[in-house]
Amino acid sequence: MKQDEKGVYYAKDIFVTETPEPGKDPKPWGKTAVIGKSQSRIDAYERVSGTAVYPSDLSLPNMLYGAILRCPHPHAIIKKVDTSRANKMPGVLAIISAATSEADIYWSYSKDVKTKLFDPHCRFEGETIAAVAAQTPYQASDALRSIQVDYQILPYIVDEQNALESGATKVHEGGNLVKPEETYFRGDIEKGFAQADVVLEESYRTECQVHTPMEPHGCVAYWDGDLLVIHESTQGVYSVQSNVAQTLGLPLSKVRVIGHYMGGGFGSKLVAGKYTVITALLAKRTGRPVKLFLTREETYLCTGNRPPANMTLKAGVKKDGTLTALDFSVTGTGGAYPAGGTALVDWLIKDLYTCPNVSTKATDVYINTGPARPFRAPGHPQGAWALEQMMDALAEAVGIDPVQLRLKNIPSYSQAREGNPPYTTTGLKDCLEQGAQAFRWNERKKEIEGFNSSKHLRRGVGMASCLWIAGGGGPPSTIILKLFSDGSVNLNMGASDIGTGTKTVMAMVVAEELNVRTEMIQIEHADTGTTQYATPSGGSKTVPTETPAVRSAAINIKQQLLQMAADDLKTQVSTLHFNGDEIVAKNDNSIKIKISEISGLKKRGVVVGIGYRGPNPEGKVVNPFAAQFCEVEVNTKTGEVRIIDFLGANDSGRVMDRLTYDNQVYGGITMGIGFAMTEVRILDSNDTGKMLNRNWHDYKLPTALDMPPHMESLPIDLPDTEANITGAKGLGEPVTIPTAAAIANAVYHATGVRIRKTPLNPTQLSMIFSEHLKEK
Amino acid sequence: MEEDNKNKHIHLTRRSFFSTMGMGAATVVASNNLAAWASEENKVMDPTEPTKITLKINGQTHRILVEPRWSLLFVLREHLGLSAAKTGCERGECGACTVLIDNVPRYACMTLAVEAQGTEIVTLEGLMKGEELGHVQQAFLEQDAFQCGYCTPGQIMAADGLLRSNPKPTDGEIRKGMSGNLCRCGAYHNIFQAVNRAVELKGGG
Ligand code: FES
Ligand code: FES
Repeated sequence: MKQDEKGVYYAKDIFVTETPEPGKDPKPWGKTAVIGKSQSRIDAYERVSGTAVYPSDLSLPNMLYGAILRCPHPHAIIKKVDTSRANKMPGVLAIISAATSEADIYWSYSKDVKTKLFDPHCRFEGETIAAVAAQTPYQASDALRSIQVDYQILPYIVDEQNALESGATKVHEGGNLVKPEETYFRGDIEKGFAQADVVLEESYRTECQVHTPMEPHGCVAYWDGDLLVIHESTQGVYSVQSNVAQTLGLPLSKVRVIGHYMGGGFGSKLVAGKYTVITALLAKRTGRPVKLFLTREETYLCTGNRPPANMTLKAGVKKDGTLTALDFSVTGTGGAYPAGGTALVDWLIKDLYTCPNVSTKATDVYINTGPARPFRAPGHPQGAWALEQMMDALAEAVGIDPVQLRLKNIPSYSQAREGNPPYTTTGLKDCLEQGAQAFRWNERKKEIEGFNSSKHLRRGVGMASCLWIAGGGGPPSTIILKLFSDGSVNLNMGASDIGTGTKTVMAMVVAEELNVRTEMIQIEHADTGTTQYATPSGGSKTVPTETPAVRSAAINIKQQLLQMAADDLKTQVSTLHFNGDEIVAKNDNSIKIKISEISGLKKRGVVVGIGYRGPNPEGKVVNPFAAQFCEVEVNTKTGEVRIIDFLGANDSGRVMDRLTYDNQVYGGITMGIGFAMTEVRILDSNDTGKMLNRNWHDYKLPTALDMPPHMESLPIDLPDTEANITGAKGLGEPVTIPTAAAIANAVYHATGVRIRKTPLNPTQLSMIFSEHLKEK
Repeated sequence: MEEDNKNKHIHLTRRSFFSTMGMGAATVVASNNLAAWASEENKVMDPTEPTKITLKINGQTHRILVEPRWSLLFVLREHLGLSAAKTGCERGECGACTVLIDNVPRYACMTLAVEAQGTEIVTLEGLMKGEELGHVQQAFLEQDAFQCGYCTPGQIMAADGLLRSNPKPTDGEIRKGMSGNLCRCGAYHNIFQAVNRAVELKGGG
């Protein structure tokens, strides 16, 4: 099976127009004036003043409020839906369900699996049954409660570890195996183990993590004649547009999706939801705008998750630290429909470290839970949890420092891809070496031994590293820049700014290339009606995808201005160059013209520059790399873990905006801390099959009190000149991949106890520690 | 009594305060304001009966018709066009809806509009000095103390409230003061720096 990063988030095989022409790439930036500096966000004022209008903030005249009735059982057949009482309730203007004409609409759960929008066979808790539009959200929820549903409750399965047992409830008629086991081999695994001096085997598990972005999923939708307008909280307006158009059978041109601001997605808002379509239908029925945002509880049930992973890893290493064999298997679940339940969990095992003999196996099963959606670096933090703890154990077993063991096994090419293509750049060595130095890894390991002498408060340091399968970006992307006659610029792009600072970075590229201040740049973005096609912002690919197109568009403008200036100055373009707000002859400073004085620009009013994203280098792989280091203090009596320090060293190519770069690093570590320490979806597998902790009280995210007192971001600023014309690689995902494993390794260093299951919470740890004491 | 209550809010972390208070109706019933107000009127309100109330928000008086069951958050966002306070959970878990009520950060989703009568309400919009940012807002901007920005209005109100009661908080007090506000993007590191910066700006301004 060929796994290809392009399949992860965006379309393949799209014909690509290029600017500049192939082979005529501009030189990489030398010394930069703007890029790489700390630039506060160009939309920071809007965000801190409260004037930024998020989709859920929108209020339109005559707007109604929508709400969705969801199946309270993990598995049931809807016998009857009686809306007669609800229909008569005050303020209720529309109810749609399997009994209304909307029943004939089909929803695609995957390429091959379609069900009715209101499917009578509910395969997970939270499946849609009916929807209401009313004058207030209070009336809408009253109406939901008055809808009477006859359920035939069916047996369920919500534990993926038992899903393939004989007699297990079948989620689909064909059984619970989503597809045949996926396997991968290279080399000779048995020979590899025979060559090893040490062979270790362990089982690991990571729990299901739920995205829960702060802004719930949803939209405001209305019809303007036959045009459907949707303001959606989304990572990609164009993907929502195509999902909705396809589901409702509308031309793409008749679906306009707008998403200027959005309150977080982390992969769960890459596509439209049933809720999007339902909102459009309610708006159609009532002829009024409808606002429908999910409740927090709903977001836990039906807007995706990072699936749980049950993993085993057997690894062989020689005394000198050479890895000889890795044998990995994983069982996971994307829930009740195909949703990549084990996708990419094995990628790091196959590709991160040099190892000639590798075998992996992945088993994806159905259970009666809401379908997964991609979650920040799909599969990778899970695989890292296993691989990076194993590396730590191997290092100890052969008496090599964990950093050194990794340094010994750094590949220069991708072993898991066909033809073993080389990486354009790999900064993994720098991440490890410079990270260890900045963290004072060697010194702190020693200092801690002193601290730990016979106390129940024990300290430890741990580290882990990673790569991210995508993060190189790629076509398609189109950018349009308009330079006005006063030299100010309008930048038009389809991409969403999901909080990573996309808009700011793009403005910095324009500022760098055209010498305009960022205050003079206005950005139009994320609107299928008025901005260019863009793939959704995800996969850490927005900066490496969009910045080269922005730079191309700026160069395109420059070329046109130079030509116009040459005409005005009656000279050749080749004799001129850009100098701030003027164009000047290269060998005679006195021959010059102010850009705002160029007659061609004055006549036309604007100069329009178009930039397309060209392809990535043939036969090469563009991946970001990272290493993280941390220190923890473990209370072996209570099982509490206090994280004292974290350092993230990242090779994401050229640093674009240092301020938002560091922010991503801290944010990724924070999310990784949640994954490691507190986050777990609890399903009542014995009695009801329902999710028990569908709120932020019981499903705990990291809070201000959980933050390490000290955090540091160490960028390995290594412009990747082969990757693209800005030299940037992706950052948003590698920053969260190694975090959990680094913490587990630190806990091991502190206590000598290996924790193989997340979450590292006091409940689990106190039990494990007391067992451990008994054994002693 | 009112004064005592305020102090209690400040000394408990806001997270632990709301956890111990429990959810929904419990919080509402326990609120002094409502208790006092209800006994004055000496009647149980019909939750859906439109009722005239007066709210003082950002120094302005609004006379509006509400259903007694409507949350302050709903009224601010959907009726008064004050959409800076955000909806994250509507059950007192996240702080996205934080506003100041009599200078104390409170969850507007857990406060009924009728209950907020007679108090001084300040929302993020109310921290602006015309078009100029307030100190805490300016500090958040400078320190890049957000990513998606959705939790940010609540974070800023929590920080502003903290500094009103404690103008020079220690790092520990900042963490406690901000612990009732979740940020899924994980911008806490920069939020702490922003609170410190706000202390400087306030001192200087
Ligand atoms: S919306 Fe009020 S606490 Fe979450
Ligand atoms: S900035 Fe996104 S939730 Fe805080």
